[in-house]
Amino acid sequence: MSRQKWRVNPLLAVLAGLAALFFIFPLIGLITGAPWGHITDVITSRTAVQALELSIVASLASTVLALIFGFPLAWLLARGQFPGKGLLRGLTTLPMVLPPVVGGIALLLAYGRRGFIGKPLDSAFGITLPFSLAGVIVAESFVAMPFFVITVESGLRSMNRRLEDAARSLGAARRTVFMRVTLPLIWPSLAAGTVLTWARALGEFGATITFAGNLPGVTQTMPLAIYISQSSNMTDEAIALSLILVVVSLVVMVFRRDRSGAQ
Amino acid sequence: MSAVLDADIQLRLSRLSLDVAFSVAPGEVLALLGPNASGKSTTLRALTGLLPLDGGRVVLDGTVLEDPAQRVKVAPEKRPIALMFQDYLLFPHMSAVENVAFGLRCHGVDKKTAREKALQALTRLDLAEAAESRPGSMSGGQQQRVAMARALVTDPKLLLLDEPLAALDVSVKTTVRRLLRDALRQSRAANILVTHDLVDAVALGDRMIVIEAGAVVQTGTPAEVTARPRSGYVADLTGVNLLRGTGHGTVLDLDDGAQLTCASPAAGPTFAVIAPAAVAVSRQRPEGEGVNTWRGRVSAVDLMGDRVRVRVEGTPAITAEVPPAAVDQLKLDEGGDLWVCLSPAAITTYPQ
Repeated sequence: MSRQKWRVNPLLAVLAGLAALFFIFPLIGLITGAPWGHITDVITSRTAVQALELSIVASLASTVLALIFGFPLAWLLARGQFPGKGLLRGLTTLPMVLPPVVGGIALLLAYGRRGFIGKPLDSAFGITLPFSLAGVIVAESFVAMPFFVITVESGLRSMNRRLEDAARSLGAARRTVFMRVTLPLIWPSLAAGTVLTWARALGEFGATITFAGNLPGVTQTMPLAIYISQSSNMTDEAIALSLILVVVSLVVMVFRRDRSGAQ
Repeated sequence: MSAVLDADIQLRLSRLSLDVAFSVAPGEVLALLGPNASGKSTTLRALTGLLPLDGGRVVLDGTVLEDPAQRVKVAPEKRPIALMFQDYLLFPHMSAVENVAFGLRCHGVDKKTAREKALQALTRLDLAEAAESRPGSMSGGQQQRVAMARALVTDPKLLLLDEPLAALDVSVKTTVRRLLRDALRQSRAANILVTHDLVDAVALGDRMIVIEAGAVVQTGTPAEVTARPRSGYVADLTGVNLLRGTGHGTVLDLDDGAQLTCASPAAGPTFAVIAPAAVAVSRQRPEGEGVNTWRGRVSAVDLMGDRVRVRVEGTPAITAEVPPAAVDQLKLDEGGDLWVCLSPAAITTYPQ
């Protein structure tokens, strides 16, 4: 294609500009509205530090769970041939479109203390998931893992599987094919899926508050802490905590862009 | 010559039922020729073990690689076979030298030695300067040579080449074909070359096997196959007319009902080959005794180099080759009817 002079349709430019501003204005609002005078006090408060720690631990844990369980599921959906595959894909990715609070209620009914899984779990092993850190991780995994599954599945689908044939014909055992050919080739979607999952887990609110509750220091993650501050007229605290989340997310997104740009 | 490969491949796929048998001697190049979807690439995949057989047997260098009746199947990675793919299938995330070293590493060669051997292989193919490049930044010809090096470096007992030159520009094809021929000459492997290009088959193949719709229709040296084609596919490739009929002395009853007088007698089911240049066409009914004449309608006029090919639909349908000047003289571009005139001496017959 020849490089023609790039001319932008004015209507397109106006609409795109409005879209960009739509995203930028709230950020400006957060920055200008922050209690810069006493921000260090707010963000080093016990509530904030506990919530941030909890958020990071729970979101990382659910990302690891997504890697362990989500990857085999993505593999099965991409490569497996079995009846009901479409249905399975629909069911496992449903949480992406479900309101998270509905997810939380569904989780309670299954894994809650009186849930049909939770009840035997409690009586047999004494394990209770709701209103615990484990519950936070379960709620976040439920909502976030589908992003990992769907991204990795599409990565697996779009890779040229005949490269695996080539590797086998050159004498590579299945394990070697996976480690040296498949994994490096799907690496970009694996990385993207991991980041998306982590970001979604970090921001999870509805399912967490429904299933795990809002116990400071136990299940109160950042989004929960922000919501509580906001609704109890502690606006300064809410804004400061929000800024922290924005900064953490922004760092990850920029880092990801750099990595995928290098591909 | 004792064969290093004995293959009898039986496979039933949804679109194709494959049943071919052949053997290849060490150092020999067997050219596997056939139209699209005739089962050529499927045959190669079956030999590598990537596609399990339904029946038959594959023996390589005295080892049974696959025999469904005996429930024997050696895994693809355990077979001393290298496959060079039509689209090369180089690993995009590895440099040229890493691509070539991959097979050696899989065969337990240590990293340093594998790298050295891979570099040597690339150097032999004049690719030393591209050793650290990724396939994505190489030309088609370079990629082709990397694929060749990758296939040859593990010293396979059987080398399979799937349309190795098909994806190349005409400008580099000749050079790469010569490189490939030299590489094949030096190898002690049994070689199978899949192609639908007659030039490749003749230039690179010691022996030819033609398959159509999953079955062998002809085997022989390239000279034998091209001189006496036994299928419309080969006749089209060599550009001759191939007719089928039943011989009664010098009279040949064609399958389409027409009769031809031939110079030499034939009996039973017979093939007749006629070079297009020996077929004369005219607008007026030709005079002359003892020649075959019939009338047909012009259906296509094609320029082939400095000759013009005219397809005449009649009984039988035939292709004639005329000088370009005849297009104007005979007003061939107007179509219409033509008289065909064919000397008995121009018809070569051989049994079906």
